Order: sequence, then C-alpha cells, then structure tokens
Amino acid sequence: MVPINYYLILSAIIFIVGTIGVLSRRNVLIIIMCVEMMLNSVNLTLIAFAGQWNNLVGQIFVFMVMAVAAAEVAVGLAILIAHFHLSKSTNIDDVNLMKW
Amino acid sequence: MDFAMIFFILVGALSVGAAVGVVTSKIAVHSALFLLVHFATLAILYVTLNAQFLAAAQVIIYAGGIVILILFVIMLIGSGPMETRAAYRSWVPYAGLALGILMLAGVSLTLLQTPAAPIDPEANQGGVPIVVGLTLYSQNILLVQLAAILLLVALIGALLLARRPKPEESSTSNLRS
Repeated sequence: MVPINYYLILSAIIFIVGTIGVLSRRNVLIIIMCVEMMLNSVNLTLIAFAGQWNNLVGQIFVFMVMAVAAAEVAVGLAILIAHFHLSKSTNIDDVNLMKW
Repeated sequence: MDFAMIFFILVGALSVGAAVGVVTSKIAVHSALFLLVHFATLAILYVTLNAQFLAAAQVIIYAGGIVILILFVIMLIGSGPMETRAAYRSWVPYAGLALGILMLAGVSLTLLQTPAAPIDPEANQGGVPIVVGLTLYSQNILLVQLAAILLLVALIGALLLARRPKPEESSTSNLRS
C-alpha cells in the first residue's frame, strides 16, 4: 500500500499550486477555481488521516467542507456577477470600491 | 514498487498536471475543464483511500455542480481577454511563485521526516455509504442541520446578490447592484 506521506505531499503540492494561482492570477474566476483546488487538497489530507487512524470523523468533516465550498462558490460567483454589472470587468484589481 | 504505488504516482501526476493547467491556461474555459480533470483524479484517489461515498460525492458536487456553475458564469459574462492588466504591480506573480516554493520546501521537509505509515486497506470498513451514513446521522446530526442552514443562507444570499438592479433603484444607490 502507499504510505500516507505520499498523499500528504501530493496534497501539499496541490495546495501550493492553488496558492500560487491565487497570488499570481488576476482573473476572479481563476482565483475562485484555485480556492476550490486548495479546499480539495485539504479534503485529501483529511481523508488520508481518516484512513490512517481508522476514524470516520475525518470523512464527515470532508462532507462539511464540501458543503462550505458549494456555498462559497455560489456566493462568490454571485458577487462576481454583481460586480461585473457594475464595472464590466473580471479583473481583481478593479474591485477597489471599498478601498480608501 | 507495486501496482498501488505506480497507480498512485500516475493519478497524482495527472492531478498535479491538471492543477498546473488551471493556473497557467490563458482561457477561462480551459481552466474550468482542467479543474474538472483535477476533481475527477482526486475522486479516484479518494477511492484508493477507502472513501467510496466521498468519491461519489466529489464527482456529484464538484464535477457536477461547481464546475458547471463556473462554466455557466463564464458563458454569462464572456471570457474575452481579461488578464494581465496589472502592470503596475508586476512583481506580484514572482512573489507568489517564490512564496509558494518556499512553502512547498518547508512542508515537504516536515513530511519527509515523519515515519511512513501504511494505510490499512480495511480502515473505516471501506468507507461505504452505510458506514458513513450511520456516523453522519447518529453522532454528527447537528452538523447536517448546520450544513442545511448554511446552504439555505448561501442560496438566498446568492439570489439577492446576483439579481439585476431595477432602473430607479440603481440611480439612488450605487452599491446595490
């Protein structure tokens, strides 16, 4: 069987690719996708630990994370559409209405 | 190196490749399709970790729900050239890349020093839906209700946020749109 370290390293790589995407891309849609990727890598970590410790609470928590991710992407895309009506842009640098 | 290891490396490489594709592709639709591949490969990895129920939920919620929602929004607002206008902060991508490599090095060093623990193939009784369901609806019933309220609030919030402004309303307030 595959040791758990390999799953954790894969999860870390995916999380960091998502982080780089959030930090370096300027398109709001891509940033939302990268946030989803980061949530998924955390899910992989939780499931790997649930398998290691033979405990189902990790899998239950993954279910909760999935619910939060669905809510997050719905509200985030709604905010994106609302802002698009306002400024006709999906660049994150244009979202500066509340910046002083 | 046995079959499970080779399978893990193949699927993991595909998953990381799809993740890199999401970040690097220039067209938003391509990013969404790469994201679909990424979610599918992660579902395969969940099966190898004794989480069959969560693998099915992953395919249904992420690949069936979230990616479709993102694709709908891309179709709605158009996916023209909308990138790399931030020339006044051109150092940000490099800073992100450097921070990411630093973080990866730290995490990998920590993980490689911990002893390798093999995963019991019989752990969690295979993660079949009946086992997960029994745990979910007996000890964690409050979590289910919390998720229900969360999803309801998110639904109402998304409806309120994304609705088009009425003409007389938009003239009075700029913030509500």
